[in-house]
Order: sequence, then structure tokens, then C-alpha cells
Amino acid sequence: MTEVIKRLKAIVGDRFVSAEPEERYLYSMDQGTMPPAEPDMVVMPGSTEEVSEIMRLANEYQVPVVPMGGGLVLSGLTRALKGGMILDMKRMNRITEVNPKSRYAVVEGGTSQGMLQAYLKKHHPELKHSMPDAPPIATLAGNVCIHGSGHLSVLGGFHSDMLTGMEVVLPTGEIVRTGSCSVSADWFGKAPLPDLSGLFMGWSGTTGIVTRLGIKLFPNYRHNDLLIFVTEDPRDMPDVIARLTSTQVAEDMTPWMTPKPEWARGFMHINIAYGAHSKEELTFKRNLLQISVKDYIDNKSGGFLPMPPPQKGRFMQLPSPDLARFADVRKGGGFEYVGAIMAIEHFPEAYQAGVRIAEKHDVSYSMGARIVGAGHAMMFFYAYAFNRADPEDMARAQHALEETNSAALDMGGIPWKAELPAQQKIIEKMAPETFALMNRIRHTLDPNHIMNPGNWERA
Amino acid sequence: MEAIQFDPEICNQCETVDCLMKCQYIDFRDVAEAKTEKLKINAGEHSRVLDECLTCYACQEYCPYDNNPFYLLVERQEQLGLLPAPRPIVAEQLKMMGPRGRIQKETVSTPVVNMCAFPMLTGCVRGTLFDGASVIVGTDIFCNIMWLHFAKNSAIKERVPQMIDNIMTYYLKDAGVEEMICFHDECYGTYTSVAPAYGIEVPFKPVHLFDYINHRLDELADRITPLNVKIAYQRPCSNRLIPQTDLVLDEIFEKIGADRVPRKYDRENTLCCGGVPRAQQRDNLADELVANNIRDMQAVGASYCVFNCPFCMATLGQEAAENGLMPILVSDLVQMALGE
Amino acid sequence: MKHEEILHRCFRCGYCKLPSNYTDINCPAYQAFRFETYSPGGRMWLLRAWLNNEISNSRRFSEIMFSCATCGNCVEQCAFPNFKDLLLEAFAAGKEAFLDAGQVPAPVRDYLTKVQLHGNPYGKPGKKRPEWAADLDIPVYSDQDHLFFVDDVGAFDTRGQEIARSVAKMLQQAGISFGIGSGEEVSDGNDVHEMGETPLFEELAGKNIEAFNQKGVQKIITLSPHSLHAIKNYYPALGGNYQTAHYTQILAFSLGSLKFQSNGNNQRITFHDPCYLGRRNWDYQSPRMLLKALPDVHVLEMDRNQKNAFCCGGGGGNFFTDLLSAEADSPGRVRVREAAQTGAEILAVACPLCAGMLEDAVKVESLEGRLQVREITEIMAEYL
Repeated sequence: MTEVIKRLKAIVGDRFVSAEPEERYLYSMDQGTMPPAEPDMVVMPGSTEEVSEIMRLANEYQVPVVPMGGGLVLSGLTRALKGGMILDMKRMNRITEVNPKSRYAVVEGGTSQGMLQAYLKKHHPELKHSMPDAPPIATLAGNVCIHGSGHLSVLGGFHSDMLTGMEVVLPTGEIVRTGSCSVSADWFGKAPLPDLSGLFMGWSGTTGIVTRLGIKLFPNYRHNDLLIFVTEDPRDMPDVIARLTSTQVAEDMTPWMTPKPEWARGFMHINIAYGAHSKEELTFKRNLLQISVKDYIDNKSGGFLPMPPPQKGRFMQLPSPDLARFADVRKGGGFEYVGAIMAIEHFPEAYQAGVRIAEKHDVSYSMGARIVGAGHAMMFFYAYAFNRADPEDMARAQHALEETNSAALDMGGIPWKAELPAQQKIIEKMAPETFALMNRIRHTLDPNHIMNPGNWERA
Repeated sequence: MEAIQFDPEICNQCETVDCLMKCQYIDFRDVAEAKTEKLKINAGEHSRVLDECLTCYACQEYCPYDNNPFYLLVERQEQLGLLPAPRPIVAEQLKMMGPRGRIQKETVSTPVVNMCAFPMLTGCVRGTLFDGASVIVGTDIFCNIMWLHFAKNSAIKERVPQMIDNIMTYYLKDAGVEEMICFHDECYGTYTSVAPAYGIEVPFKPVHLFDYINHRLDELADRITPLNVKIAYQRPCSNRLIPQTDLVLDEIFEKIGADRVPRKYDRENTLCCGGVPRAQQRDNLADELVANNIRDMQAVGASYCVFNCPFCMATLGQEAAENGLMPILVSDLVQMALGE
Repeated sequence: MKHEEILHRCFRCGYCKLPSNYTDINCPAYQAFRFETYSPGGRMWLLRAWLNNEISNSRRFSEIMFSCATCGNCVEQCAFPNFKDLLLEAFAAGKEAFLDAGQVPAPVRDYLTKVQLHGNPYGKPGKKRPEWAADLDIPVYSDQDHLFFVDDVGAFDTRGQEIARSVAKMLQQAGISFGIGSGEEVSDGNDVHEMGETPLFEELAGKNIEAFNQKGVQKIITLSPHSLHAIKNYYPALGGNYQTAHYTQILAFSLGSLKFQSNGNNQRITFHDPCYLGRRNWDYQSPRMLLKALPDVHVLEMDRNQKNAFCCGGGGGNFFTDLLSAEADSPGRVRVREAAQTGAEILAVACPLCAGMLEDAVKVESLEGRLQVREITEIMAEYL
């Protein structure tokens, strides 16, 4: 390892390689419940070429490489399960292009969501990108690679759907491009080429390292508003969601159900965010949304929360620090969630399963969902808070998470950015031919099996 | 629980039916039609009024006989299960505004100012105007008058006595304080109008904020620098229950040099701020009310839009500010005149 | 360790790394080193691991702790209102524990030793403290309204002395009645406090309080925002109660006594908020009022200003210990690049430490031709 460290220092500079106990300790875990796994070293590359050199070196010494963005995945995907090096990408945070006419941005692999948001606000106030609910230091590349979603997902689908192209360093060190940028100077999209981007999304860092990516931008409206629909019956939710999405007006729709504060227990809420260029257009859009669920309003079984304008600001903050604050529910700095991607008609059973599991394991929970596309799917999340200083409490959350993963799979959903145990469960359910194909592709790309080993493997 | 104080005889003999004929939101062909609808309400039958009512409280003020037409109307809405707002909205609000049981005894001294369920506004009680004031606040002393908007006077009957008990037990009794200043019209309306109408006993003396301020301004006369500003006042619905206090407000405005510019939608012709219709899922009407209010305030050349109700201010404030009217609470305006 | 009960409550969500507008990394140590360990959350988790015997108190660990510039960005941005105010106190407690264990970086040890021996980190005798004012007609404090307290940098650093003189002259110009110490006073102790060296801080503060009280001082004007912080916020607990203000605050109140005239320069100026005046003591306006009072001056704001200002890297003792020097990523260099981007010709400062840090950075960045670092009263003097 001494030799590897020496050569890594020659590639990225002394300051950006560490094999010290402090970095090895902190990079061995994330905020979730997965047990620590210590890397031998942490490296912070500054350029694609450096990443490429690092990969060649890693192959030479057969050292595992775990790419990491914001390190906020919560499900332990950036742990060095087989040792080796963690590649912290956050030094590569330049925004290299914004195309206002074709509405895309090209950013380096370590660029944070917050930084792109700030950049657009300053230089292109007419544009925005879809912010996930993760804290602003989360990276675009990390989020796209896990099929994340965000506040424009009703409009534009998963963040992986918003990807327009990638520059990737393969496990063997070659630098490749996917999408239009492999043929043209423009990063407008993945069509009409074979979609090689799929080789890198959803693989939990086992197929390559994204060093640059293009992402779709959307109009940033001057006027923005939020409605919150409320009902007491989870069985109404799929229909309500279908009606609301049918208007093609919302940018974001996020149902939420929480037992705390106590007043919210038992109520289903759906936050519906939308925007417009003028106040008249905004009112028109609001009316479309309200008319879509008129039947529920007329029979008094559901309706929109009355909210004066000053109260809405809190719900419209992007991202909202309230989500991180869930970690302090048990005064313990931790939470993890199962985000199950599933069909929307499963909403009622998904909700009931969540209540059942949380009560069984006595965990503090919060549930919700993000609607993706015009009602095409949803990411239904079950978040469990735990006290990091209380191993029993952490274990409770872990058991609840495991059981939730099984429940989600049973109802036809698929755990998102799955932890190691959940990956196993998915593999068990996966068509064997599909898993075999995954392995063949992986072996072709990574013959020495050094990319985030331990993930997507049969136990 | 006692029935609402209402005399059907008086109502039956009424020839003008002001309660309905003056309504700004429901139209009647003639007095006869209004009378017919009113009699249906009195008899406990369904009337379209029960569906269409905006719950603006105005009929309480319009009735020349103080015969509680609005309280009766709400009673009937609840009896017939005619919720003005969707069930989950009402149910969630009921839980949200319910007593938390977190109240603790506090040593208070006069003046005791009740800020009701608005902890975010306790900062208003400051300076010379409120010298030495004790502030009490929280959902455990919430006046609960808002349920008149939601056909839930059962909640009023159930919760108001509990709140009164809390106020006495946790604050006033031990301190030997007999008066309580109601910062909001809602509270004063609850204790001086709703409570007697519902037969609820109030063991303390409620003092309206305006009476308190008016009196203080006499004591602080030498500190007043007249503001010399034109203001538009947004009279809240709950002031309909206690119209005598609106005259006190006139005295206050005069003392601080604020010219309450006569506008179309003030006094008895006050137009709803637009907040409650949103709960009733009538957003287009709410938009109209907001726009009409703002247009009216602009038309008279007001530079301040003055509120006493925090909910009115939350509903209209931003729109007012965007249209060049400075939104401000009465107490803050008075403090400006006191140089604070 | 004090506040150890909050360590595990940090989620490491990373809001602390950024300003509220997310433009760029806003934690000086994290900006310089970029490893998670150097972020506020990293420190929280490492301290907890150390208390749990999962890691030991190494040299690197102590550098991680002492490289914190105590700028307060983490406190400002932390998502957790229930314990955010305790973050810097927890770090100070961590540093104190490191000091107790004898595990501190050499420059920190040297700094503290010099302050211990001499009452200042320059190793100069106390009687030389007032020398910065030798050529000025300023009385030693007797019965004037204010004591003008000049920190170690103002007293002993060549550039700091220039700034002290400029500020003193401006105070005179504004008709402020003040005198200076005669050398009994010692370091304000602020940075010693932030380094967790509590006994030494108490000793220094005790000496100053004794000196102030003997002279009957009631009102203090400080040159350095660091002195302001210590005297205003830490001295009262040790029996030192004074009306304390930073010189920009006194001057902002005395603007009426200063008559400015246009000098035809039409200068474009950007202002760098000192952490200890701004985020740590919530005054963002006094220095801006001074600049905006100057005729034909254009005050330009950097993306990160006021509560979002990016620290020069000199706080928490780093002005002396230099643990944050990190080539192109050092906070000072990042900050002067940001200042230059505004198109300003002058980077105005209101703290002798900021002046030193940023002037060095301008040189290293070869920005001398484009950007000049000036202390606020130096700029004001050109308009009188």
C-alpha cells in the first residue's frame, strides 16, 4: 500500500491523499445504519485525467475503488467493503457549460446541487434544475447515478431521465462519453444513440466513475405557489394523484404522512408545487389542479389546506432543512429510509405496511412519496429516525428497514439505492438471465473486479 | 349544554330581515325570499343559506335585535352536518388547534395580555405601551372562536370553558388578577359575545386591546408624535361581534394622527379578507375578495394597510405590500407614533 | 468533555459547509483541505470517536481541530436549532481536551507559550505595547470617555500598527474622547479562548480587567473585532463589565461629525466582513455605513457577504499558527479571488488580522495591480 499511496500522491498531490486514521475512520461509514467498513486510503482527484491515472494504478495493484459524491446516500453504498480507496469527487466541482437555449448544464462529477442552484440563480435566473431533497452539498452525479428524483420530477421524471450525457472513466482507465457529446460538441441528449449511460446508472458505482455529466434545465418561473391536498383515506390517494397529475401542471408532487406533530397523524397530505410566468397563469393552473379533484371537494372527503402566503415559504424552500432535522427526532443524529420505487396504485398498502412495521419495531417514522412523471411511478419512502448513541435504537431502525425492504418487494416495488441486504433481496427476485447479463457486463468493464466490490453480488 | 340564546318570536316578527338582506355574499330576490330562508333556518330545516354562507359574522352585526342570527346559523349547519369545509380540513384543524396540555403555572401581574394561539406575535407586546405586561399564549388558552367558520360550535362549547378554566387556574387566580387584555378581536368576541350567547360563564373581565391602548395613549399623550398618514383599516370578521370597539379604534387613530380614510369596504360594509373562503375551497372568490380589498385601499390613497387580526394580515399583507401599501398591526402603528 | 452530549446529534448533513446561498464552500478549513474530516460535522464525529476510544489523539487530529477558524459559519448554517449554538463551544472543549493531553500542533504550542510568557505572541515586552502611537498625540487613558484597546496585531505587527494609527486618527477626527493603555494590558485572549486554553485566557482577561478597573474604564473601543468579542462576551463572566464597541460602530454613530468630500476617484469597493464583528456579533451594517457615506464610492458586494461572508482564514489563532495555508485553496486566496471578481479595486477590511491575511493573499495571487486591501479608515481619510 505504501507504494500505491506514494504513486497516488504523485498523481493528485500530497495534500489530497490520506491514509491517516482520521480519514479512514470517517470515510468508513455514512449517516445510516450500515456497519462501518474502512478504506485503506482516501483520494481526492482534481481532474478526469487524474481519475483515469488512478484507475490504471488501481488495476495495476488490484486495489478496490469506491467513488463517492456528497457521501449522503445513507444506505452505505460508499463504504469500502473490501478496503482499497475511496475516491472523494468533491474537488471536481466546476460548472463547465450552461446552454440556455437547449436548456442543459454540464458539470463535473463532484459538483454539488447547491452550487449549480446558486450558479443558475446568478447567471441564468430564467433557468433551474431539479433539486433533490438531499442537503445542498449532495452531488448531481451521485444523485443521477442512483436514479434520484427531485422537485421537477413530475415534469421531468427521475433525474436519470434528465441526464443528457456523461463523461465516464471506465474501471480500466479509459475515458468514454455517452450521449450526444460522444459525437458532437453539444450535450443535448442521449438520443439517437445506443444508450450507454445505462451502464452507469443504478449500478452503485460498480461500473465506472462519472467525471462529467449533462443535465436538463427547466424554465424558472417568476411566480410560484404550493397547494396541500388533504384526505383521511389512503385508498383515495392513487385516484387523487392520477387526477392531479392529469392536469400536467405540477412540477412536483410529494405526499407526506407523519405521526408527529400529533395533529398530522392519520392524514394524507400531498404537496403540489407549480409555477407560472404571470399571476394570471398561476391562478389558471391552480384552478386546473383544484377542478381535477372537485369530486372529492364536493363530497367533502378531501380538500386543500387553507394557507396564507407567509406560511407557504417553509414548504417551498429547496432543499428544505426540515428533512435533515428529522435526524434529531430522537435527539440522536440519525435516520435512514427505504425509498421504494413502485407503481402508484400500491399507495394504500404501502402506507399501511409502513404504519404496521413502525409500530411493531417502535421506531419514530415519517412516510411520504415523490410522484415521478405524470403519475408514472412513485418513490415511496419510509424514514426511520434513530439515536446514534444508542445501539439498540439503531438496531431497531435497521430491523424496520429490512422488513420494509421485504414488504416493498412483496408489493411489487423495488428498494431504491438499496443497502447491501436489500441488494440481496432484489437479486433473489430478479430474473436470473438479467442478473447474469449484469455480471457479464460488469466483468467486461471491470475485469479485475475493483469497482466498489461487494455491491450487486450474490452473498 | 345550554342552547344558544335566540328568540324565534323576535325573528318571526322581523320585517326587514337585515341579517340576510344585507349579506354581501348571498343574493335574494326580495325580502320575502329572505324571510322564507330565514324561517327554514329557524325551524332547523335545510336552507341554501347554510350552504352558501361565507361565515363572515356580519349578520350578527346587522341584526337590529341582537338575536344571534349567525350563532344560530352555525348551530344549524352542524346539526344538519353541512360542513363549510371538507371533513379532513376541519378534522386536522381541530387537532392542530386543540389543547396540548402543556400549560404551566406562571406568575403574572397586570396588565395580563392574552396573545391567544399566536406565539409568533408575542414580540408585539413591548415598549412603553405595554410596560410591565405579562404575556400569556398557547393553544391551551386558545379562544376557539374560529370554529364558527367550520360549523363546529360543539368544539366551542366543549373547549371554551376548558380554556377559561386554564386561564384562571394557571394564570389569573393565584395572582389575584381580574382583568385580561385581549390582543385579538377573536378573544374579546369569545368572552363578551360568544360566551354569553352560549351560556358560558366568564369569571374575569375581558378588556379589548383598543380600550387598553386608548387609555394608555392618554397616559402617554406627551410622547405621541402624530403620524399624519392615511391608513386603510381592514376590519376583521370577529369585530362584527363587538362593533362598539370599532369606535374606540377611531379614537386611537385620531390620537396618533392616523387618518382612517373612508373606503368602500370598511365599517358595516367590511369585506372579508379572503382567508376563510380558501378553507371552504372557494379560491376564486377569495382572489376576488383580496383584489377588491386592495383596489379599494389603493383607490383612497392609503399608504398603510392596518390590521388587528393576524390572519387577515397573513392573508392580505403580502399582496398589500406588493401594491405599495405597508401592512402593519394596530399596536405597531401606535408604537410608531410613540417613537418606538 | 463539555458538550459531548451533542456530538452524536450531528447528522453530517453538510449545511455547515456552505453559505445559505450555497455559492461555494464556506468553511475555511474544509475549503483548504477538502477531506470530510475537516468539516464541522467531521470534527463532531471524530471527537465522538475519540471519546469512545475508536481513534486516538494524533498529530493530524489535533491539526484538524486547531485549523478551525472559529468563523461561525457552521453555527449560522447548521440545520439543527436545538444545538447549533453550541458547535464552537464543543470544538473549543475538544481543543481543551487535546491541550490537556499534550497533543497540539507545534505552531499552536509556540503561540500559546509566547502569550503565556510575554502576554502577546510577538514575544515583545508589555511596555512596548503603546509604541504604535508614539508619533501621535494620543493621551494615555485617564478620564477620557473611552479606552481605545489595541490588540496584539495592532500593537506589534508593522501593518497592524499602521491600521491602529489610521483608526486612532479617524477617531480623533470624529471628536471621540479616548485614551490608550500604557502597557499594563496584555493580549485580549480571544484566540487563546477559542483555542480552548481556558486557564491562560482567564489569566489574560484577569490582567486586562485589573488594568481597566484600576483606571476606571467604563467604555472600550476595540481595534480588533476579536478583542470586541472577548471583552464583550467573555469578560463579564470574569467580572469585567464594560460598554464595548468596535471602532466602526463608534464611527458609524459619529458620521455626523465627519465631513467627506469627493476626491474624484469614483472608487469601486467591496467589503470583507470580519467574522468576529459580523457573524459572531451580528453587526454587518456599521462598516457599510462608513463606506456608503463616502461620496462617489460604489460599494459592490461579493456573492458571500454579511452572514454568508467567507472567513480570511485568520481566526481561531490561525493568523499566528498558519495551519490553514493550503496553496491555491487557502481561504485568504479564495477570498481575494472572489473580491477581484466583483470588479472592485479596493477590498475594504475592518480587522487587522483580515488585513494581514488578505494582503498576503493578494500578493500570492498576483492581484496587486487589480486589487488593493485597505482598512476602512484609510479609505475614509482620503475623503476628508
